[in-house]
Amino acid sequence: MANDGIGASVPRKEDRRFTTGQGTYTGDVNLAGQLHAVFVRSPHAHAHIKSVDLSEASKMPGVVAIHTGEELEAGGINHLICGWAITSKNGSGMRMGPYPPLAIGKVRFVGQPIVAVVARSRDQAEDAAEAVQIDYETLPAVTNPVDALKPDAPAIHEFEADSSVWEHGRAPSNLIFDWELGDAAATDNAIKSAKHVVKIDLVNNRVVPSAMEARAVVADYRSSDGHFTLWNTTQNPHLLRVVLSAFINVAPEHKLRIIAPDVGGGFGSKIFTYSEEVVCLWAAKQAGKPVKWVSGRNEAFLTDAHGRDHVTTAEIAFDDDYRMLGLKVDTIANLGGYMSLFASLIPTYLYAPLLSGQYVIPNIHVNVRAVYTNTVPVDAVRGAGRPEATYVLERLIEKAARELGVDRAELRRKNFVREFPYQTPVLWKYDSGNYDGLLTKALAASKWDDFEARKAEAAKRGKLRGIGLSCYIEACGVAPSSAEGGALGAGVGVWEMAEIKVNPVGTVEVLVGTLGHGQGHETTYAQIAADRFGIPIDSVSVIEGDTDKVQQGMGTYGSRTAGNGTSAVYRALDKIEAKAKKIAAHLLEASEEDITIANGEFSVSGTDRKVTLTDVSLAAYTFHKLPKDIEPGLDEKAYFDPTDLTYPAGAFVCEVEIDPATGTTEVVQFTAVDDFGNVINPMIVEGQVHGGVMHGLGQALLEEAKYDPGSGQLIAGSYMDYCMPRAHDLPKSFDHAFQKTPTPNNPLGLKGCGEAGAIGSPPAIINAITDALGTEDISMPATPEKIWRALQSAGQNA
Amino acid sequence: MTTVGMTVNGDPVSVETEDRTLLVEVLRDQLALTGTHVACDTSQCGACLVLIDGVATKSCTTLAVQADGSEIQTIEGLAKDGDLHPMQAAFNENHGLQCGFCTPGMIMAGVDMVRRLGKDLDDETIRSELEGNICRCTGYVNIVKAIKAGAARM
Ligand code: FES
Ligand code: FES
Repeated sequence: MANDGIGASVPRKEDRRFTTGQGTYTGDVNLAGQLHAVFVRSPHAHAHIKSVDLSEASKMPGVVAIHTGEELEAGGINHLICGWAITSKNGSGMRMGPYPPLAIGKVRFVGQPIVAVVARSRDQAEDAAEAVQIDYETLPAVTNPVDALKPDAPAIHEFEADSSVWEHGRAPSNLIFDWELGDAAATDNAIKSAKHVVKIDLVNNRVVPSAMEARAVVADYRSSDGHFTLWNTTQNPHLLRVVLSAFINVAPEHKLRIIAPDVGGGFGSKIFTYSEEVVCLWAAKQAGKPVKWVSGRNEAFLTDAHGRDHVTTAEIAFDDDYRMLGLKVDTIANLGGYMSLFASLIPTYLYAPLLSGQYVIPNIHVNVRAVYTNTVPVDAVRGAGRPEATYVLERLIEKAARELGVDRAELRRKNFVREFPYQTPVLWKYDSGNYDGLLTKALAASKWDDFEARKAEAAKRGKLRGIGLSCYIEACGVAPSSAEGGALGAGVGVWEMAEIKVNPVGTVEVLVGTLGHGQGHETTYAQIAADRFGIPIDSVSVIEGDTDKVQQGMGTYGSRTAGNGTSAVYRALDKIEAKAKKIAAHLLEASEEDITIANGEFSVSGTDRKVTLTDVSLAAYTFHKLPKDIEPGLDEKAYFDPTDLTYPAGAFVCEVEIDPATGTTEVVQFTAVDDFGNVINPMIVEGQVHGGVMHGLGQALLEEAKYDPGSGQLIAGSYMDYCMPRAHDLPKSFDHAFQKTPTPNNPLGLKGCGEAGAIGSPPAIINAITDALGTEDISMPATPEKIWRALQSAGQNA
Repeated sequence: MTTVGMTVNGDPVSVETEDRTLLVEVLRDQLALTGTHVACDTSQCGACLVLIDGVATKSCTTLAVQADGSEIQTIEGLAKDGDLHPMQAAFNENHGLQCGFCTPGMIMAGVDMVRRLGKDLDDETIRSELEGNICRCTGYVNIVKAIKAGAARM
């Protein structure tokens, strides 16, 4: 029994459902009489809508209704919101342009929904959508964030001039905010007086999240009491409910039930509120019938929030002993045509504070300018800000080591944080860690010291072999709501809630406000509960994703299940344990302090007197024998608000071989050593690392959400032209090891693991490629073409 | 409308469809076999793989009328009498799935690999044979392991 509990690699409970085709994803939900919605989307990146003619379309067979932005607005439906307020360094608020669920007057990215056609079948809705006539006046578009800031760039939103704070009386074109963190003067001074300064210019390529299940909505409305039910591909049903109700005004919270059934991956993209759920709810109410929409992959490319898209310049300064003195980073972040739900948070508090990495850097200053462009909104994608920060720092350090002629591993080691807690100069306070240990393990496992021999052997085969290193830091849990969250601009709290029900027969139900979408929550939470009582995990069920069953919750993103979800479960178990012991003590006529729990039984220590969990729960519900100071039932709820974030860390080593004839890169060896604190199910956690590293490999070598700069069309708009990693891209050999330094910030000492792989791997891979090529001048994705060209121009220059 | 007769997971079925209707639409919408998924519209992801007369086929790229007279096996038909097919069991034991969305297609791809190449599959072969299947969650490491283990037991 004990081998079901914490620390055991138990095969997942949920797998049988998924391997037999019995999963229920939103697209699998069909309600009697349901109608189908199809969206007419903008083919232009930037245009005025001159007229919308629905006359033909509304006569098409099967059409029930056609909805427009004006209609929703007249019906009191508000705009989509961004939930994190960021203030520019001159004190002015972020410039949030209006984002109606269906475009009104103007479109700002290709794919923006303008009209929703609702018909009896999907085919009929599609045919009618074709018949909607929209007349546009196209405008010049801008897709690159640097270009968007130029004075002659087309203005994407119209804002009032604010002469009091901005130079020239107006914020620069398309600027959303100009924000900073850290001490600018001190950092400038540190750089000025330093012995060595190394600089780098980087682009962090834009990526598409691409969960394999595309977004979907089924909206139902009951007119008798004005009650909505929404099945939706969401990572956070409760948060979605708050946003839809308190901000968008779809329905009051108690009349809006949200169900996230099985969710087929998210990687951030299913955190946000999108137009489609708002419109389908509205349409269901108007039609008095359920309305369903399932995104095609083409729509997913065009409308799921993208990730990354930073342009950065960074400088690092060292003293004569190669100790870091200062780091200065200047970033322009592309947020797309509108501000998505957490768009402002990603390039600020999830990015800048991470730039201290694993190092003691006494002075850091980060400036971030966020801008509008004519592209789909940019928000969190796996790692969200942290991969961008790690890429800047780990590329810069690697470059510094090469330029200064010092050992790359030793340069890092010399500057590691060694005392915890460690207060960085950029807000965050690291909880615990052992960065030396991680690096030592990674170097040993990757046989770092024998690399030259492998390189020479590869050279004999005509291959260029390179090795790269990346030491990453992560910050999980988003932010404590009570302490800093509010002060930093959070529109919501980020606690978590769990309820444990022990049923009369002694089986256990865990209800929790997170939402697994591939992470194995049903197994991991069950292990925690099973561990407490010494019962098999089969006696535990885990319930998430239904706002009518789970009272409150904040969902799953930023590895917050590990830190916050499990802690809420743990605290609720504490309450259950206390009450169960009280009941057991009464049944056994012993004192509570003498009761111990093992193998599903409560015993009086030092005796053979015992009762089972079932005896206790049955007594709690039959309530025949219990004293009046105990309430009936065995059901407890707990909220957990973390005192601080948790800080996983790791060291990755990547080894590549490049074929100079074709420019293709093969990742021949990947070594990951991670410190996630304690681990509940190592098999599941390792799976998260595999997926994360492969996600990062995709960004480093294959993936780019490229827009045509002139027309603003998404060129990489399908799996034919957006290159997803496939099985043959897998590193030839993949080693993984744990180091465990528990965090003091939550009761189980868990730090989180979901993003680590995607954060640490891109710089490790690019550092290996630049090592092999002997040039720093390779941008992500490092495609064969780019590498081949770099080799050709190096050959010409030689 | 055309009448299409097939055997699906051992049961004879007859459905009325439009000529433009895809096999995956018939399976999902008319026969309520929602284990077969659609994850792309360019025939690249393999989430929709089913066995048509024993051969793994992308049901998103097959018209329902083309399947007339065939024997179709979907993920729902793989387990027999409550016992998982060895390939299904191997995915569970080797943690070859996370969100599960690609999984039916991956399992079908594994079954088909064994039909074509035998039970003794090495990593290299499995990796290249998975060319037509995309997974965003697992990084493929454990999918490859699962197919290898499942094949050996078939
Ligand atoms: S849905 Fe058939 S290949 Fe993608
Ligand atoms: S398990 Fe999620 S896409 Fe493969």
